[in-house]
Amino acid sequence: MDEQARREYWRHNLTLMAVLLTIWALVSFGAGIFFADALNGVEIGGFPLGFWFSQQGSILVFLALIAIYVWRMDKLDAKYGVEEYEEEVRGS
Amino acid sequence: MTEIQAWTLVFVVLTFGVYIYVAYASRVSDTKGFYVAGGGIPAPANGAAVAADWMSAASFISMAGLIALAYNGYNGSAFLMGWTGGYVLLAMLLAPYLRKFGKFTVPDFVGDRYNETARLIAVVCAIVVSITYVTGQMAGVGVVFGRFLKVDTTIGVLIGMAIVFFYAVLGGMKGITWTQVCQYTVLIIAYIIPAVAISAKLTDNPLPQIGFGQILAELEALQAELGFSEYTAALTGSSQLNMFLLTATLMFGTAGLPHVIVRFYTAKNVRAARYSALWALFFIALLYTTAPTVAAFAKFNILSSSQAGTLADQSWFDTWEEVGLITGPDGGTVADANGNGAIDFLGGGGNEAVINNDILVLASPEIGGLPAPIVGLVAAGGLAAALSTASGLLLVISSSVANDVYHKRINPKADEKQQLLVARITMGVAVVFAGYLGINPPAFAGEVVALAFGLGAASFFPTLVLGIFWKKCTAAGAAAGMATGIGITVLYFIWTLPSTSAPIFLGNDPILDIAPVGFGFFGMLVNFAVTIVVSQFTPKPSLAMQELVEEVRYPGHTDLVAKHAAGEDITKEDTD
Repeated sequence: MDEQARREYWRHNLTLMAVLLTIWALVSFGAGIFFADALNGVEIGGFPLGFWFSQQGSILVFLALIAIYVWRMDKLDAKYGVEEYEEEVRGS
Repeated sequence: MTEIQAWTLVFVVLTFGVYIYVAYASRVSDTKGFYVAGGGIPAPANGAAVAADWMSAASFISMAGLIALAYNGYNGSAFLMGWTGGYVLLAMLLAPYLRKFGKFTVPDFVGDRYNETARLIAVVCAIVVSITYVTGQMAGVGVVFGRFLKVDTTIGVLIGMAIVFFYAVLGGMKGITWTQVCQYTVLIIAYIIPAVAISAKLTDNPLPQIGFGQILAELEALQAELGFSEYTAALTGSSQLNMFLLTATLMFGTAGLPHVIVRFYTAKNVRAARYSALWALFFIALLYTTAPTVAAFAKFNILSSSQAGTLADQSWFDTWEEVGLITGPDGGTVADANGNGAIDFLGGGGNEAVINNDILVLASPEIGGLPAPIVGLVAAGGLAAALSTASGLLLVISSSVANDVYHKRINPKADEKQQLLVARITMGVAVVFAGYLGINPPAFAGEVVALAFGLGAASFFPTLVLGIFWKKCTAAGAAAGMATGIGITVLYFIWTLPSTSAPIFLGNDPILDIAPVGFGFFGMLVNFAVTIVVSQFTPKPSLAMQELVEEVRYPGHTDLVAKHAAGEDITKEDTD
């Protein structure tokens, strides 16, 4: 990768992370803790919504966030020609 | 021998046989195999190993009890969100970059990226955190053996030590990894089967995550009737702030704990490191979304069986009272204090029994009236959880000593054979030490575990993240940050923890109502601030190091990283 491509790759990576980590904070600290009381007014399938986010929902969202991350990073690697797939990083 | 004991013995012997066979089949003879399993573990297997490594006796045996009994429902969510949320941080901020850096241990990264002072601080932190954890695992092994096979706790711990010693010493990281894949399989089956059976029995819905919702309203009503605080209601004020701090400390602590981080060095490549984090959280989520259902179903069963709030005529009660894990409110024997002919289990006054948090999962098949083989399976699962974590931690200790202290500091000319010998001797000493602590757990073990998370968050997390994301972060900055971050966290513990748990604690009132368990978050903020400020005024890292940090950000083969990973001094030709 040349200097220009590197800068773009890294900027894409940082933007993706910033978006995903914002959702991470909103779901866990937001829906699970600070707004849990308000969300508890809504009930779905027997669950008060804030309680559901704190015990089940946040974990499912975390899993989705990492899945989106690995999927987007694979695409980014392919775009800049640094995909590894079966090839190992050489070394030690 | 009762039917439960017979089934337990069958499952324990069967699973231990598998672990030993797998360890023997994957034995190693080189340091790379010993420390990082040759760096060639496929992502799903690596993820299962991370999951087994991470989910200890605390997750398997204690967590549901913490949610149902100690923290009462909603408050216990801090553990669920904290211990899983850390994986999002690991996956995005650490795993791929540390894999690209390509070393053996966390202190290895710290030492290479910064300097030798920082390496030594990191070694000390890694060892303290790991010893703390391993103590809890060994004590858990003792409880399971003691209860289910009716052997002395000491003998239980000794059996556990012998098994761990065998596969950890023989197979190193490679043996441990494949053993942990088997242990994950055992522990998740053991956790999910009873949960599914109980959910189907109570709600006609075999998926506990859904069935859970159907009993909440009724559970809430029972809680209110018997004087327990609300199960699903959220907190306000300072307890809400403390819940945030505890959750955040567990998250950043998870992302700073050496035995989990080292797992990403065992991945095949950068891409596999990312996928390992995904697989790991997937495998962990299977247990972590089930745990709150086990908690709620068990509490519901305890409160609603026969007559509300009465323990005496429930069959599991006697077995656990016998081993001293159900006691009276003052810690003595259980007695019918008000003479109403029943043992009352109530939230407020008039309560006649205290149920130990740690028995809830082990007892839940009995509480739910499930058959003996399932009880035996759960016992084998608990042992798998404890032993897999113990072996991962012992490996962190032995590789820190053999690689970071012996090879890097004492005898740089040591060949593979000598290093392996040192690693195996350290492992042996660590097993014996862990066994001793498991048999004689220090009185303040609970506080030390909390301290370990605070330490992880306050020491490693900022140092690693800044080391990757900020090229100009200096060695002096990192060392100062780690030292102050840990320092202030330890001081707060000494200041606030009850003086009854250990003589060094002062037992003062927390400052601004901040519970000690959540203080690691502040330690982390202090670490970040100090590192950034000191880095402005100290000599910048060498140009070669800045270039290396830059290269670590991209996957694929790069010469500089390969040279560094092969152990060459990349700063040699550097004039800066």
